[in-house]
Amino acid sequence: MVNERKKKEKKMMSSEKVLQVNNLKISFRTYGGEVEAVRGVDFDLYKGETLAIVGESGCGKSVTSNAIMGLIPQPPGIIKNGSILFKEKDLTKLSKTQLRKIQGVDISMIFQDPMTALNPTLTIGEQLTEGLRTHKKIGKKEAKEKAIDMLKLVGIPNPEERLKQFPHQFSGGMRQRIVIAIALICEPQVLIADEPTTALDVTIQAQILELFEEIQLKKGISIILITHDLGVVAKIADRIAVMYAGKIVEIGDKREIFYTPEHPYTKGLLNSVPRLDLMEEELQPIDGTPPDLFSPPKGCPFTARCDYAMEVCDYAYPFSTKISETHEVDCWLQDERANVLQAQNKIG
Amino acid sequence: MAKYILKRFIMMIATILIISTLTFVLMHSIPGSPFDEERTSNPTIQANLEKFYKLDEPMHVQYLYYLKSIVTFDFGPSIKKPNESVNELLARGFPISFELGMVTILVALLSGTILGTLAALRHNGIIDYLAMTFAVVGISVPNFVLATLLIQQVAVTWELLPAATWSSPLHMILPILALATGPTAIIARLTRSSMLEVLTQDYIKMANAKGLSPIRIVIRHALRNALMPVVTIMGTMLAGILTGTFVIEKIFAIPGMGKYFVESINNRDYPVIMGSTVFYSAFLVFMLFLVDIVYGFLDPRIKLHRKEGDA
Repeated sequence: MVNERKKKEKKMMSSEKVLQVNNLKISFRTYGGEVEAVRGVDFDLYKGETLAIVGESGCGKSVTSNAIMGLIPQPPGIIKNGSILFKEKDLTKLSKTQLRKIQGVDISMIFQDPMTALNPTLTIGEQLTEGLRTHKKIGKKEAKEKAIDMLKLVGIPNPEERLKQFPHQFSGGMRQRIVIAIALICEPQVLIADEPTTALDVTIQAQILELFEEIQLKKGISIILITHDLGVVAKIADRIAVMYAGKIVEIGDKREIFYTPEHPYTKGLLNSVPRLDLMEEELQPIDGTPPDLFSPPKGCPFTARCDYAMEVCDYAYPFSTKISETHEVDCWLQDERANVLQAQNKIG
Repeated sequence: MAKYILKRFIMMIATILIISTLTFVLMHSIPGSPFDEERTSNPTIQANLEKFYKLDEPMHVQYLYYLKSIVTFDFGPSIKKPNESVNELLARGFPISFELGMVTILVALLSGTILGTLAALRHNGIIDYLAMTFAVVGISVPNFVLATLLIQQVAVTWELLPAATWSSPLHMILPILALATGPTAIIARLTRSSMLEVLTQDYIKMANAKGLSPIRIVIRHALRNALMPVVTIMGTMLAGILTGTFVIEKIFAIPGMGKYFVESINNRDYPVIMGSTVFYSAFLVFMLFLVDIVYGFLDPRIKLHRKEGDA
């Protein structure tokens, strides 16, 4: 516990914005119509922090991260609006060639399933060094040394030997370490981790999460963590953005989101996590399903599932309310006229 | 590795033995004999001839002689061309057939993979539709039909290329076109579908996220994985191309093995039938073996040797 606290204190947090996402809207044209996957997402990423984006399947969290990475296939995807600012450049406006100078160098990504993220026919050494050699124009030998350093950093024994091996000769946890090494080898400033532990078993999950913390301490990179696992979030996130139906409905400091959640959806998410310390209480799932994004609702998308829904929720999307310097929520309950109703509902 | 090769070698011998036995049985169950046309000749001469070729012996003894000739690879003289041995015929015909077959395979492999890859990269685009239309036509039209059409149009009507024989590279174009179209079409279709699948894989997405150039991603990351199924069918395709050469050689009057093979069956020229069949099957079995080795090189997950306890 003491150790943990020390770690946190050492962690560099600054107010320097590395990445700014402004009113990002992304749709996909399909045979069935246009799916509005991301419907106006805003957030800033600060240097050295871990921002977790949580939400259920299909809420747009992976689409958001793919858009930052420049991996939205266009067509069928369309970036309809908004900007992603990185180093004063708008990533959504860059050409593919310009984008390639950022991909893997300044921003890199860790994929969900380490079993499929590595090319089965190329050696680990080649997969580690090819990005480095493409972008940094360094020699084979230097690249190899760098690769060995990276493998040491992510905790793979006998790196010299291992470089010559193929992915099938590694276990799942080892492969995820290699994927992390590949993502970090060009020393990026932003690391996007798209459900990095979902495909791993629990003991390996903990090791990988510790590896993230360790690397962040050493390299001071900013991490965007995409997950639906609140346990992972509680362990390594600094800030949390809760996404629902293509929008960030609540964003705040980890403690604020866990201890004083304001949005009914966030509350619902937290209530649906099994807890060992509250044995008697039954789990409370959120009833219903997310809205159809072919025709998203005009008002708050959570209205149909919300215990506190009011008439206004059906007609208009709520304004963003600042609860503290870091904590923001999009909910009509924050409007002062709602207080009375909320109180009634609680009693009832 | 050595153990695997030895195992495969023994299986190859067994395969060749089975094929040659079947050939022997089939050959002798065709009615007629090599001397049918010479029925009017002196019965003593015929008896002497039969004795010379050991055709007067009982079947099982003939079979043993036949096996012996396979092991020593000496099939004796041809019956129809007594001044030439079967080995000489093979030595003359095989290089030509081999050339035709290999160039065809190379052409088919290269154009097929390129066509298939382009079609996959421009999925549902014009190139894709054109390539797939070509593929359907290429698979459906038999090579002998294509061969005669090519001769009719290109050689006779337009007088662009020579119609037959095998004397210059220019002469090679039409037979190779006729022979390679089918395999090209099959390889193009196969490459396209497996390329489409490979391009959706996570490791391709990861390669994109590394900021690699699209050309590098396709060649280095996608193609090698996409070619797996192509290598798999290469074995059977090889058989198809090699037997295809029989017909094509006949149509284009190319003096390859196929020509002798067809003639020998028509003439019941037993030594030539036996010799060419055994030679062909040995060659084919060996090529299949090579394909399996290549497979192991392309995909490191396929181990040719198994250690104890390996799954």
